[in-house]
Amino acid sequence: MTRFILRRLLLALPALFGLLVLTFIMLRVLPSDPSAALAGENATPEQIAAVRKAYGFDEPLWKQFVIYVGQVARADFGNSIISNRPVVSDIAWRLPATIELTFASLLFAALVGIPLGTMAAVWHNSPFDHVMRVVTVGGLAIASFWFAIILQIVFSMDLGWLPLRSRYPDGLPPPTNITGLYLVDSLLTLRFDQFWLSFKHIIMPAFTLSLGGLASIARFTRAGVLETMQKDFVHYAEAAGYARKRIIWVYVLRNSVVAATTQIGLLFGTLISSAVAVEAIFDWPGVGSYAVSAILTSDYKAVLAVTLVVGVIYAIVNIVVDVVHAMLDPRVAETL
Amino acid sequence: MLILKKFLRDIPAVLGLIIISAVCFIAVFAPLIVPDADAVYFGNIIDRLKPPSAEYWFGTDNLGRDVYARVIMGTRGALLVALTVVALSIAIGVPAGLYAGYTNGWGSEAIMRVTDVFLAVPQLILALAIAQLMGRGLESAMAALALTYWPFFCRTVYGEVRRVRNALFVEALQGLGASTSRILFVHVLPNVASPIIVRATIGMGFTILTTAVLGFLGIGAAPPSPDWGLAIAESREYLPESWWAVTFPGLAILITVLGFNLFGDGLRDLVDPRLRRSR
Repeated sequence: MTRFILRRLLLALPALFGLLVLTFIMLRVLPSDPSAALAGENATPEQIAAVRKAYGFDEPLWKQFVIYVGQVARADFGNSIISNRPVVSDIAWRLPATIELTFASLLFAALVGIPLGTMAAVWHNSPFDHVMRVVTVGGLAIASFWFAIILQIVFSMDLGWLPLRSRYPDGLPPPTNITGLYLVDSLLTLRFDQFWLSFKHIIMPAFTLSLGGLASIARFTRAGVLETMQKDFVHYAEAAGYARKRIIWVYVLRNSVVAATTQIGLLFGTLISSAVAVEAIFDWPGVGSYAVSAILTSDYKAVLAVTLVVGVIYAIVNIVVDVVHAMLDPRVAETL
Repeated sequence: MLILKKFLRDIPAVLGLIIISAVCFIAVFAPLIVPDADAVYFGNIIDRLKPPSAEYWFGTDNLGRDVYARVIMGTRGALLVALTVVALSIAIGVPAGLYAGYTNGWGSEAIMRVTDVFLAVPQLILALAIAQLMGRGLESAMAALALTYWPFFCRTVYGEVRRVRNALFVEALQGLGASTSRILFVHVLPNVASPIIVRATIGMGFTILTTAVLGFLGIGAAPPSPDWGLAIAESREYLPESWWAVTFPGLAILITVLGFNLFGDGLRDLVDPRLRRSR
């Protein structure tokens, strides 16, 4: 197992190095004057010159790359134009909000998607199955930013049941910072009032974000369960007189969900992508809304840093998923 | 004709095809369908934010423009952008995948490592960064989407070519002295065409969605374009009173993407029995 983890880590290194090269090329090639772009729209000539010096833009290309790698290694992306604080601390401060949101939606997607997919498989080709197919394809076809706005119209503006925006009511002190995840922190400190407030704020963003994931999880579970139900051990269990419910929900499901775990790694990519727009709409103080405001204000340092950070997180998530997959199914470890 | 019969039995896929045909028809004949083509760009400010009525089927937006006319005209842009992006991605990704799949050595390795890098970041994030660095506008948004989408085609083609490159007919062609490009484009390409078509169909829906997000965030189409994503962003400030100006462009996105996804799903079942959905 240790060998598998080490090899998996080694495999991720070239892609991460490639990401460094890619962002470097993006920064160098795409804007007409990278120093002016980095310094921001209202920068003085002196500020532009300072950026040019810091990034070594008048040096040969290989030296610029060395400087760039050094900056990344020290996690030094410079100061954000908007907040005037280091980009890295901005991102670090906002990361827990995004983690909380994506985890909540992933959890919801799995809790609802797996049973739905199983039922669709058990009753395959029934009306329920057909409806589920249109719903799952529809879930992948819906524009999450639009759906978020529709939810806001109905549940906040019209019915007034849920808060319109933000992660916590303005002006109230948020839960004591332990993990940075409000739902977890409020439970740890036994502040159920705070938990309820945080919960009410996360419902709509998390639900919007979970739609795509829910659809894919349901589809993959359905395919997996259908395949497993053909296996000999299922026929054996049926012949041995096990209750059908037990066969499906315990033995079949356990064997089919393993394959679906690999999907979660891929899902995370879509989740992060949708999170960008969804966070912006709900004013969720995470990395996604940070990326949007950075893009709208042409804050290139922040844009590049977000791209790199998301790439690294994405790589980590995929490694973790592969390792968990290998733990659940030792055959996988042998193929790498 | 067995394949056609099989396809016609797949009701959701047929529904997808009907939607796609309808959307294409609307896109081509958009100027004839809308009641007043001028109302797409020039509104009647006195009639601003009017709810849906017999005169304005989908209501009017904050500048008094007919939302129905704008949604219909927006179909053109959405399909055009998606077609361009998918075509560009195919133009880059398919030859790269063919070459990387057929040959061994550093060229093949280099191509696949480059796709690894692109697939290591969620597409939208990368597209956002590239579009922003190239300067805002529809052209750079399209270029950014194509630049970040071709690796998906490359991957698909690569896997398929690896499967057929040791087939007897390829060996026979090599023995006959056919050139590599002849083998690849005349003989291997038709054998890997179906997964490309499936990917392209689903990619159309996917690209329409991503373009809408870019438009919504203000990095795609610029006003006064009737772009669906942009229209939702522009009308957001006038909520909840004028819900129609947000709802209908979003429904247009939903229906169009649903059509491509349903059809692509059905196609995949037809051409790839291994992934068959229902037995």
